[in-house]
Amino acid sequence: MNSKIGIVIGREFMERVHKKSFIVTTLLMPVFMLIMMAAPALIMTMSKSDNREILVVDNSGYIAAGLKNDETTTYTRVNMPLDSAIARTDVFGVLYIPSEVDGGTVGVKLFTNGASSMALESDIADNIDKIIEQHRLKSYNIENLDEIMSKIHSDVKLQSVRNDKEEGENQSSTVLSYILGIVLTFLLYMCLLLYGQMVMTSIIEEKNNRVLEIVVSSVKPTQLMLGKICGIGLVAVTQIVIWGVLIAAMSAFLLPALVPAEMASELTALNSGTLDVGSAATDMEILQAMSIMGNVGYIIQLFGMLILFLVGGFLLYSAIFAAIGSSVDNIQDASQLQSFVIFPIIIGIVLGMTAASDPTSTLSLWTSFIPFTSPMVMMARIPSGIPGWQIAVSLVILYASFLALVWVAAKIYRVGIFMYGKKPTFKDLLRWARYK
Amino acid sequence: MNLLSVENVSKTYTGHKALDDVSLDVPQGTIYGLLGPNGAGKTTLIRIINHITAPDSGSVTFDGHPLTAADVEHIGYLPEERGLYKKMKVGEQAIFFARLKGLSKPDATRQLKEWFDRFEIGSWWNRKVEELSKGMAQKVQFIVTVLHRPKLLIFDEPFSGFDPINANLLRDEILRLRDEGSTVIFSTHNMASVEELCANITLINKGKNILTGNVDEIRHRFSDGRYDILFSGDPRALMNELSGLASAFELKEAPRDKHSLRMLLNPDTTLRSVIEKANAAVEITGINEVMASMNDIFISTVGNNDTQLNQQLL
Repeated sequence: MNSKIGIVIGREFMERVHKKSFIVTTLLMPVFMLIMMAAPALIMTMSKSDNREILVVDNSGYIAAGLKNDETTTYTRVNMPLDSAIARTDVFGVLYIPSEVDGGTVGVKLFTNGASSMALESDIADNIDKIIEQHRLKSYNIENLDEIMSKIHSDVKLQSVRNDKEEGENQSSTVLSYILGIVLTFLLYMCLLLYGQMVMTSIIEEKNNRVLEIVVSSVKPTQLMLGKICGIGLVAVTQIVIWGVLIAAMSAFLLPALVPAEMASELTALNSGTLDVGSAATDMEILQAMSIMGNVGYIIQLFGMLILFLVGGFLLYSAIFAAIGSSVDNIQDASQLQSFVIFPIIIGIVLGMTAASDPTSTLSLWTSFIPFTSPMVMMARIPSGIPGWQIAVSLVILYASFLALVWVAAKIYRVGIFMYGKKPTFKDLLRWARYK
Repeated sequence: MNLLSVENVSKTYTGHKALDDVSLDVPQGTIYGLLGPNGAGKTTLIRIINHITAPDSGSVTFDGHPLTAADVEHIGYLPEERGLYKKMKVGEQAIFFARLKGLSKPDATRQLKEWFDRFEIGSWWNRKVEELSKGMAQKVQFIVTVLHRPKLLIFDEPFSGFDPINANLLRDEILRLRDEGSTVIFSTHNMASVEELCANITLINKGKNILTGNVDEIRHRFSDGRYDILFSGDPRALMNELSGLASAFELKEAPRDKHSLRMLLNPDTTLRSVIEKANAAVEITGINEVMASMNDIFISTVGNNDTQLNQQLL
């Protein structure tokens, strides 16, 4: 009899894997993700092209001289009243500095002939702050001020190292853990929703075009339901495995090729533990993130976890989706009952987001054991490196709940697939579950 | 020998009794009509035989042993509401269903090719079901039902959606399958086809078996002694001659200057005495008993049953 489940699984799997849409999304998703990652850098380089001229009306007498031009902004000191400077519309804007700058707070005004930018404004403020600070320091007439200043200037580089991990795996990057947590949680959320609903719509379709009646004259309804869930689950796993392989391949071959030469030597030093953190030219956060992304074993491990939680979460939720699909005649009728599944999934993603920013909080810990939220919360926490027993307990609870739920779902399914016409309520479903 | 025996089967759905103590025996190698008005419980009974649902009480014996889940491999079911996977190719789909019935892939492919050739639909193999017309899909569905050479075939309204030519083709195939040893349960509202095909019937109304037996016997039992006489000569003379023996004369013109007279024989009148009198008046070319049609039997039996049930309720 089990071979019949196999035949059903095969049909469900082949039908979907052969579809063009599956092949396209599976292959394009990693490319899309890569573009998303590279996008901020690309946008930054592209947005630097325009040149802005800013006229400076300086009543303090020393600030304008200290303003340094950079690639995009040119400061020009002008000796004219503010009104006539503002009247010039051929420049980006006018910076007005009042004569009284020795008090605590300094009011500076920027008049622009168009939209200003946050980066520019904070740049100007920072610049002027530094100039005034230096000017005030000079007024104390300290000897060798420049020498002292260069000596007291400090630049802290923080390298965080995990004590609870083995050598070679002890690099940690909080930022990367956060990003990975968010990405993995979201990926899981999308898969649960997408493939869960696929189970539901496919059951409704079978019921609607009455092919169900023929199938159940050869296969037990429960076998058909399990076959469908497993077949579609296998499609989801296939997709994740392909993505995992593609991303692991990128991390193994593409990443080393993209890293600039000077960074590469520092990266090697970091990985072997010989890096002199103080003299490193690259930002520590980036270096540690690169080190983790270049660790193929770690990425495979992450995807392994993703698959374990995806399968558990998918099985759990698709059992409910299946019960709902069996009980209605068309998608419209399903929408109301569907909220019983979609609501916990959304709570899961919200808790997952919270867990990504604070993976060790009590809330994150407990919600990563509750089966309905655990897949998403766990995927958000795992990149931060949490104890193995927590993962194990969470998985055991998740799979045990699936078994309990699928048993109830099968009972509803068995009755629901022969019910036509009346739109069932949640109460009806519970009643069906109690039928002999 | 009976291939299938249903004994005292009852099934209740939320207070509604879908089947109430139904028993029937389907002899091996015959076509058995399962009749009844809409909602009588036929589909429920078919589902129980198909091992889709279990009866609350009673038992089903198949091929000499209690029906088990494994027996569905020896049953082929064509439901009234047809359905195939629309996006799937015809050939792949047929193989899928055949494998569910326990056939191996090569066996299924070989036998399917034969059937497709016989129905002259070989060119549909790689077409999707959604591209086929309703009648074409019905043919595919029929092949899917019978492919695994089931001992028991269950057809629910098999001729609906077929044009007369294809309906004939289908009827011949059903008869051929019976002659090759298959037993057929045939559920339909088309009483003419019941008279033509079925050896035995069971009529279900409101979950109860209200009439069961051999079709010819039942039709005899419901016949009230009407005869048709085909003759040439003067109808008036004949009617005068027979007026003491029969009543309710209905005269019809028959081809080639003949007449047909239908009449109801008086009680205690023998056919022999009628023939003697008639012979004297006209030239008889034929005489035969008017059998009750299954249509009339269906209507009167179900009607009487409903009245009885209503009276019981009052």
